Amino acid sequence: MAKPFLLEIGTEEIPDWMIPPALEGLRDLFERFLREHQLAGEVVWVDGTPRRLVLRAEGLPLRQKDSVETVSGPPVAAGEQARDGFARKLGVEASALVRIETPKGEYYAYRRRVRGRSTIELLSEALPKLILDIPFPKTMYWTGKTGPRFIRPIRWLVALLGARVVPFELAGVRSGAYSSGHRRLGRKRIRVTIAGYEPELEKNYVLVSAARRKERIRQGVSALLEGRGLRLKTDEELLERLAWLTEYPTPILGDFDAGYLSLPEEVLVTVMRHHQKYFSVIDAEGRLAPHFVAVMNLDADAQGHIRAGNERVLRARFNDARFFWEFDQHKRLADRLADLAHVTFHQELGTYLDKAHRMAGLVAAFGGSEEARRAALLAKCDLTTGMVGEFPELQGIVGGLYARAQGEPEAVAQAIYEHYRPAGIDDAIPATPEGRLVALADKLDTLREAFRIGLVPTGSKDPFALRRAAQGVVRILVEGDLAFPLDELVAGDATLREFLLERARYYFRDVRGFAYDEVNAVLAAGVGTLPDVARRLEALRRVRSTDNFEAIAASFKRIKNILRQAGWAGAGEIEPARLEAAEEAALYARFLEIRELVEARRRERDYEPALEAIASLRPQVDSFFDHVLVNAPEPEVRANRLALLARLLEEFSSIADFSEIVTAKS
Amino acid sequence: MSPSYQEILFRLKKYWADRGCLIEEPYDVEVGAGTMCPETFLRVLGPKPYRVAYVQPSRRPADGRYGENPNRLYKHQQLQVILKPSPEDIVEQYLGSIEAIGIDLRHHDLKLEEDNWESPTLGAWGIGWQVMLDGLEITQFTYFQQCGGVDLEVVPVELTYGLERLAAFLQGVESVYEIEWAPGVRYADVRLAEEVQFSVYNFELADVATLWKLFELYEAECRRLLEAYETYPNKKRFPVLGAYDLVLKCSHLFNLLDSRGAISVTERVAVIARVRKLAVATARAWLDQSALVEEAA
Repeated sequence: MAKPFLLEIGTEEIPDWMIPPALEGLRDLFERFLREHQLAGEVVWVDGTPRRLVLRAEGLPLRQKDSVETVSGPPVAAGEQARDGFARKLGVEASALVRIETPKGEYYAYRRRVRGRSTIELLSEALPKLILDIPFPKTMYWTGKTGPRFIRPIRWLVALLGARVVPFELAGVRSGAYSSGHRRLGRKRIRVTIAGYEPELEKNYVLVSAARRKERIRQGVSALLEGRGLRLKTDEELLERLAWLTEYPTPILGDFDAGYLSLPEEVLVTVMRHHQKYFSVIDAEGRLAPHFVAVMNLDADAQGHIRAGNERVLRARFNDARFFWEFDQHKRLADRLADLAHVTFHQELGTYLDKAHRMAGLVAAFGGSEEARRAALLAKCDLTTGMVGEFPELQGIVGGLYARAQGEPEAVAQAIYEHYRPAGIDDAIPATPEGRLVALADKLDTLREAFRIGLVPTGSKDPFALRRAAQGVVRILVEGDLAFPLDELVAGDATLREFLLERARYYFRDVRGFAYDEVNAVLAAGVGTLPDVARRLEALRRVRSTDNFEAIAASFKRIKNILRQAGWAGAGEIEPARLEAAEEAALYARFLEIRELVEARRRERDYEPALEAIASLRPQVDSFFDHVLVNAPEPEVRANRLALLARLLEEFSSIADFSEIVTAKS
Repeated sequence: MSPSYQEILFRLKKYWADRGCLIEEPYDVEVGAGTMCPETFLRVLGPKPYRVAYVQPSRRPADGRYGENPNRLYKHQQLQVILKPSPEDIVEQYLGSIEAIGIDLRHHDLKLEEDNWESPTLGAWGIGWQVMLDGLEITQFTYFQQCGGVDLEVVPVELTYGLERLAAFLQGVESVYEIEWAPGVRYADVRLAEEVQFSVYNFELADVATLWKLFELYEAECRRLLEAYETYPNKKRFPVLGAYDLVLKCSHLFNLLDSRGAISVTERVAVIARVRKLAVATARAWLDQSALVEEAA
């Protein structure tokens, strides 16, 4: 009879961002346990709160199936005496033995029936280690130096197979049927059953389902804002965090003095979001409104204490921000440049003043405008401001805001403002040409300098976030259509070139959705500039679905093989007079016909018609291979044919190397 | 009627005394945090259980604001509680202490948010949380894992309460200077002059050359002591505690130099390493000495 299984690991508060991966880890570990012990059943639910990791499985048998184990004995050729000895050793009759066929000949063997072990026993044995194997980025010990390690102390354990407790002990805690409710609204000891687990906890102010906690926050927010002309500034990431920070979340609406709205919105939102985990609120026109939404781990704020407390904290934070805003204006951004000589960029790589000059140099080399060059020089000056000291996540943004307030040209201010972008894969690249050049110079400089002294990321180690910088370089070049040759950008650093290409591959495949072989084909034809790679990829993707394309790609691969097998060294011109067969003459004629078109289109970077023209060679190529023997007996004829194929390949592989395309035939 | 500042202290001390903590008075050498007092730094080493609570005035020169910022102080007071080993219901005990000063946690929002404490100067770190009460950080809650570069045999829990913040919260005042210390006496009456004067000293008048000289003198004296320990005939009476005071002197001078802007980012790492080296060596000597004392007993 199949049984359900419930495991609840009760802990002290686990950091919110670690819980979802831990739950997935728990699921994998449990599934592996089932497989390893050949137990039926499946994990139907993993979920949790900061204080509990929960797994439920269904369909577990009460015990493993009985199995048959084969014990091998002597070869049949060894005779009956050996057979009887083997039977005696096992304590069975010789007649109970069987003969089995092996690669080494026929052997005696005994098939022993092994009784399956009880599931509860297997679980008892496996669970302590299984729990401690849940992966966490950082663990602690709490019972002593030799004790178990986990993310936070384990304080209770629920393990039920059907109605029975799976008995085990971990870190001094015995498993049982008792869970625990919300720290202040629920009971400390709650007897649970598998079926009644969630409702029982809900009665004790714990919503075990993170999805339900999110829903409760959303609904609560709607109720708070309804009819007031206000909306929440959408923030899925914050919602997610708050759902994993609470067991019974309830949002409340707080206010702040509208006078603070004279501070830049970026500063206000950062204070609310990063420092206080509050949602910002906007009015019907999308302007920041003097309110915020905080999420409590409680059912209500009946007396308004919590609202008042949060308002007071926010007021103090905003006052600090206002102080820094006013204080920082005493020294203009431009006057802070010299101070960058005291801010270390990296111990071996000098100061931010050095970096600022290198960035300005790069922007000049990119042909950037006067505004772009000035922005590059001033971009890092906000590192010396009190505001960035207090809110480091506002680097760049603060500089941009100050530049604007201090009357720098708008293009300069905007470029400084956005030069850290893109902050991640979901973030846009800078919107202005100046911003793009400064952002590119910043990231490229970091990469070049880091690689110069051998700081190359390995595995998961990337302390300078060089992957993100490289990803930013790739995206700014491609999405900003900046046609700087890659080789010039990396200034001869082959390792950096490969690193950037790796990020480019990732970007084109995983972000832009190009197929693996398309990316290989285009890159194999030469890199040049990254926006050109993008354009060639787009053309290739469109042409790929046409009839001729697959066939021509397969033919190009064939050509490549033929040339390789022939040891073709690239010598020899085509002699039209020697084109004996009608099919080769036709192919040559067609080649000449489209070559100019292809070349002209290619020069215009109008790759689609060029690729279509190449694909249109298909009938001639097919009939060439059908009727012409490349390995002709006469060496001159053979050489001429090879030369023809080589020319085809050479001329028509500069957009994409078709032989890299994976076709049905290859 | 919300409790006065001193009333809060009385209640918290009583609360922890009732749970087996010794109540001690502040340490008399300048420290940046209650953790640095020997009652924490040295007592958490080794296998011996210990429970202690004390208020420690903690000096952070760079945080001084001439008494003009309502929430930032050069010297603030921490209630430091050490429970070694940490009891199983420690979070509940902690929540109880908050309730003991009149905060009903069914009507206030308390969250434990990840915050792992680390002190590079002491070679110490731990795992834990910052405790947020209605959006305000009121306590650092840490399970020590390592101290003086030594993995701890028994895991202590450290609770560090920010007393001014708690009091301002309880009394509903916007500035720490408005806190009622005792009936009729405000925090400003007791401490404002000190905040102003030390901000002036720390930021403007402290002589950098003198501070460096003092740092080097204390460092050399500490090193001399630690070396002497190795060959000292009767180790049980050796002043390891004296060496530790010198570590604290170095640490405070480092903070002063830092607030004077006299330490560049590059130097910073190197100076921290110098202090840590002393702290680690002192921790080793202390453990060694404790084992000898234990043996003899």
